[in-house]
Amino acid sequence: MADTAVHDAVAEHDDHGHATSTGLSNNKLAMWLFLGSECLLFGGLISTYMLYRGRHTANLGPDQVWDIPFTSASSFVLLMSSLTMVLAVTAAKRKDDRNTNLWLTVTAILGSLFVAGQVYEFTSFYREGLGYTTSLFSSSFYTLTGFHGVHVSIGVIMLLATVGMILKNRIPGDKAEVVELVGLYWHFVDIVWILIFTLVYLIPA
Amino acid sequence: MAPIEKPAPATTPAVATPSSSYGVFRRPVESTGWKSWLFTIDHKKIGIMYGAVALFFFLVGGFEALLIRLQLAGPNGTILSADKYNQMFTMHATTMVFLFVMPMAAAFANYFVPLQIGARDVAFPRINAFGFWCFLGGGLFLNTSWLLGGAADGGWFMYAPNSSIPFSPTNGIDFWGLGLQITGIASLTGAINLIVTVINMRAPGMSLMKMPIFTWMILVVQFLLLFAIPVITVALFLLMFQRNFDATFFTVEAGADPLLWQHLFWIFGHPEVYILILPAFGIVSEVLPVFSKKPLFGYPLVVFSGCAIGFVGWGVWAHHMFASGIGPISVAVFSVSTMAIAIPTGVKIVNWTMTLWGGKLTYTTAMMFSIGLIVEFTIGGLSGVTHAVAPSDTQQTDTYYIVAHFHYVLFGGAIMGIFSGLYYWWPKMFGKLLSEKLGKWNFWTMIVGMNLTFGPMHIIGLQGQPRRMYVWTEARAGEGFFNLGFWNLVSSIGAFILGAGVLLFFINVLITSRRPERAPLDPWDARSLEWMTTSPPKEHNFDVIPTVGHLDEFFHRKYEDRGEGDHHDFHQVATAEAILAEQEANAEAHIHMPSPSYWPILLAFSLPVMAYGIIFNLLLIPVGAAIALGSMFGWSLEPHTASAGDYDPPAPDGSAELEVSTHG
Repeated sequence: MADTAVHDAVAEHDDHGHATSTGLSNNKLAMWLFLGSECLLFGGLISTYMLYRGRHTANLGPDQVWDIPFTSASSFVLLMSSLTMVLAVTAAKRKDDRNTNLWLTVTAILGSLFVAGQVYEFTSFYREGLGYTTSLFSSSFYTLTGFHGVHVSIGVIMLLATVGMILKNRIPGDKAEVVELVGLYWHFVDIVWILIFTLVYLIPA
Repeated sequence: MAPIEKPAPATTPAVATPSSSYGVFRRPVESTGWKSWLFTIDHKKIGIMYGAVALFFFLVGGFEALLIRLQLAGPNGTILSADKYNQMFTMHATTMVFLFVMPMAAAFANYFVPLQIGARDVAFPRINAFGFWCFLGGGLFLNTSWLLGGAADGGWFMYAPNSSIPFSPTNGIDFWGLGLQITGIASLTGAINLIVTVINMRAPGMSLMKMPIFTWMILVVQFLLLFAIPVITVALFLLMFQRNFDATFFTVEAGADPLLWQHLFWIFGHPEVYILILPAFGIVSEVLPVFSKKPLFGYPLVVFSGCAIGFVGWGVWAHHMFASGIGPISVAVFSVSTMAIAIPTGVKIVNWTMTLWGGKLTYTTAMMFSIGLIVEFTIGGLSGVTHAVAPSDTQQTDTYYIVAHFHYVLFGGAIMGIFSGLYYWWPKMFGKLLSEKLGKWNFWTMIVGMNLTFGPMHIIGLQGQPRRMYVWTEARAGEGFFNLGFWNLVSSIGAFILGAGVLLFFINVLITSRRPERAPLDPWDARSLEWMTTSPPKEHNFDVIPTVGHLDEFFHRKYEDRGEGDHHDFHQVATAEAILAEQEANAEAHIHMPSPSYWPILLAFSLPVMAYGIIFNLLLIPVGAAIALGSMFGWSLEPHTASAGDYDPPAPDGSAELEVSTHG
């Protein structure tokens, strides 16, 4: 039984005729490396924000504009999307296409809800007078959260594209691995948001 | 570039012609002609293209350097205006760093890493092609700024707020930022690709400590790129938002911190220095043992000191900022860490010297360039240590002494290594030996030229001539031995000798390419796997993936150790020809290589479109984004090998199978 499992695992990665030197799949290793690189990208943006968050015009600082209950709700939505992503990955591992597609779609909807919340939040801040160029605080806040929002949006496109490709049966190679790779990216974007939410919103400036 | 069906003789890849019946969406399957280059995903062709484009930019950057030296040859130079001079030194540095040395390392890495580890290609061949086209697109985009209102003029590290619109109102810096953003994508994708390749695609038996040293150094460099590129990406984005969308990151009157840019830039910029030099270290570590007829002295130490340089390289960035007022504790910490990084570098120098010690030395051109690196880089390294001493550095900051230092490490280090690699690997890449006679001329003019050019800069700098000054005047030139005028003239004369030396290389290439005689299979009696195949290698590199038992596997296949105990006594038991013939006789029956693709070049093309959009008209951005999105979908839906219908006449059964050795 255990032997078969190992054998299957090898066969899974053996999608191009040769086992890899480490037994890890090339695609998965590449995704992890990419995410490692992304840590430094967000590291730079978060540092910039932390440097500048106190440099704002009199009544338009973090403590004045945040709507913590609203952002908490949208953060909750994004965190739940990680749960549905996990459900999609397990369904894909069971080779259950119907549930994979279902949970991928739910994840995409939750992600879109989060982005919609961010658009709403940006709009209301803008109405209160916090433009992109208003202060160092506003420039660095919009840049950091904007970059995160773009990452979520790209994730939503990836999720929907995966659903489409599964429906049309156009995924080359290992379907479960493709879903897992999208999942890795998605969880990463979620974890970055946990950091951003804590550092940007929860800790008083 | 058709899938190759065995047992057709491996030396002649099947020539495929396209079918017209599938319209524009037919797969580009040509194995000859310009299309075979434009749409190729073969790591060797991509490596050659990287090298050719990088050498072209080397000439561009060299031309810019000569203009700078002409301007400074005498007092009150009039060749360039102050404005043009600013653009010239900015673009000279940017071109040499980002468009020559980095892509030249990428050229060698692309070509030789898969060969050295016994692989048939990199892990993601299409991403590899994409990286090359990003580099070319970014480099051309950057240089179009000359024609569109003037190039960047803020110096290669583009300090903010000096790079803000009030101080540099032309679009030059926008071109610079966006162009580097695009070449950054090339570096990042290349880094991921090569790390996966080295970690996952080594031939059976090749443990990490049996890996050729060049591959090791390239691996370290790719990790540096992986983590350094995103930091400059952030800095470049901030600069773009500052200049093009009125953000306030560097607006001092709004309370901005001018050190933000410096920190972000140098956190990238110092690892970048090792990104430039470590590939050259890898090359000389290959060349010296071959021409000393000895294994590399202390191979594990050379590996670990390379890794140590990679790690410590992250903790020294603020030594570029000693004069910026970062405070005594920071200065002390970075001063000490900078001295510390000299240790692993010194270890390498010692290892190379010990490799030469007692060896049977052959002074080929490749060997001479490698020895040149040891000597010249050591000079640059020693002046580098003087910068680690903060009080001394404060005196030297922004003088020609700094210019002297980094040209000794970059020209005397990186470029010597690159030329060593060119002479060493040329017969492998093109099947022809470069002329050794011209090569010697090439080496001596370059070495004399570089010392005449950069040596006097030590004196000029210690005398206080600032870098980036577009003129100097006789009134303040000083007298006697330390007269600035004399040494500036020497430096300029040296620059032209250096230029002539570089031209000799191109003349050598030209003359050699016209000669009919082929290089022997193993002209240098080499040690590593890339020599265990034809020159140039077949499309699939190896007929049989070798099983590796030793470091220097190829050497151990040629020579047998008949010594006892610690005494080694090597006798030749096989020739390269015999080893190759044995491989060809046992060639693997089914070798399928992935087919060429339109999508990498199309996706890369979308990036400059978007970048022009940011500068000139935002409407171009959705156009570029649509091309990008479309090509990404085309890319992910494309099978790895062309279907039978893509050929004319349709290929025999089997080529449409999805059986590939690599994909991505």
